Amino acid sequence: MGLESHLGDNILTTTLDTLVNWARKSSLWPMPFGLACCAIEMMAAVAPRYDLARFGAEVFRFSPRQSDLMIVAGTLTYKMASVARRIYDQMPEPKWVIAMGACAISGGVFNTYSVVQGLDQVIPVDVYLPGCPPRPEALIHAIMEIQKKIEKESVLNKITVNPGDKPKTEGTVLKVPNTDFNI
Amino acid sequence: MDNETIASLVKNNFPEAVTGSEIFRNELTLIVKKEYIPEIARFLKENKELDFDFLSDLCGVDRVETDGVFEVVYHLYSIYKNHRVRLKSPITSNDPCISTVTGIWNTANWHEREAYDMYGIKFDGHPDLRKILTPDDFEGHPLRKDYPVDGRQPATLREIYRKDEA
Repeated sequence: MGLESHLGDNILTTTLDTLVNWARKSSLWPMPFGLACCAIEMMAAVAPRYDLARFGAEVFRFSPRQSDLMIVAGTLTYKMASVARRIYDQMPEPKWVIAMGACAISGGVFNTYSVVQGLDQVIPVDVYLPGCPPRPEALIHAIMEIQKKIEKESVLNKITVNPGDKPKTEGTVLKVPNTDFNI
Repeated sequence: MDNETIASLVKNNFPEAVTGSEIFRNELTLIVKKEYIPEIARFLKENKELDFDFLSDLCGVDRVETDGVFEVVYHLYSIYKNHRVRLKSPITSNDPCISTVTGIWNTANWHEREAYDMYGIKFDGHPDLRKILTPDDFEGHPLRKDYPVDGRQPATLREIYRKDEA
């Protein structure tokens, strides 16, 4: 079987993209940007009951310079928006963003003077996670979607976003899962 | 001290300042002319019987559509005597201004800045009357009834889009 048959059991061959993406997706370091009640669910996702460590994403860093996944959980106001953008710009590439909850996606019920009507007006969003607030399982689902997205990326064509750039990338919109109760 | 005693004590000391009083659900409200606010505030705090040492809230109300006035509302509490009073002071809407009470209760400082930010009420004699909640370049006073509920000002995000402006 080609090259591998000559290398024995201790050497594997693969592509660089597969190896790098495997490393990236298995060790996401989230930057928690908790703004409202969604942040409580985000904390629950890391706690033992839901145990985000099973997906390699349990190391929440409160420094953007040590993180590669920004979870914006809650209502984003105009006053906070420039802070969110600055923190996003401080994160090193490659980086991904989850807009967690109805408010982060679209402003939610807060159609008011102070609330940004969607995080994607400020920074590019990779996964839109609906819910008010989404349950921890839903956040885990969003992180798995991020992992799927990372698998498809190539080290050569990752879109970089520079400070001052307007958001461009298109994100994945998760559907609200079927539930037993009506809201 | 009960509500009636507080009301009569204030009315007797400031007969021309108190234009009305109301007791609703055992809560006393006094309507006070705005010129007398500093005097009455100091009296309420320094009188040994009243001893209102805590300003638990100060806020503005927009009554321009119905009464043509803004209102400044003071919620006072006495920690030692365990009684409360509410002062309401109507002020004209075309030039809303009233004397500060920061010299009497220090906590009024940020409350008055909030009322200034949200309603544009000016507090004469305030040591540092700046906006406190809205972004620095936000224009207008968002809790006024004539300010649209969804009156967003995306220009306050301009540092995000600084590349476009350059």
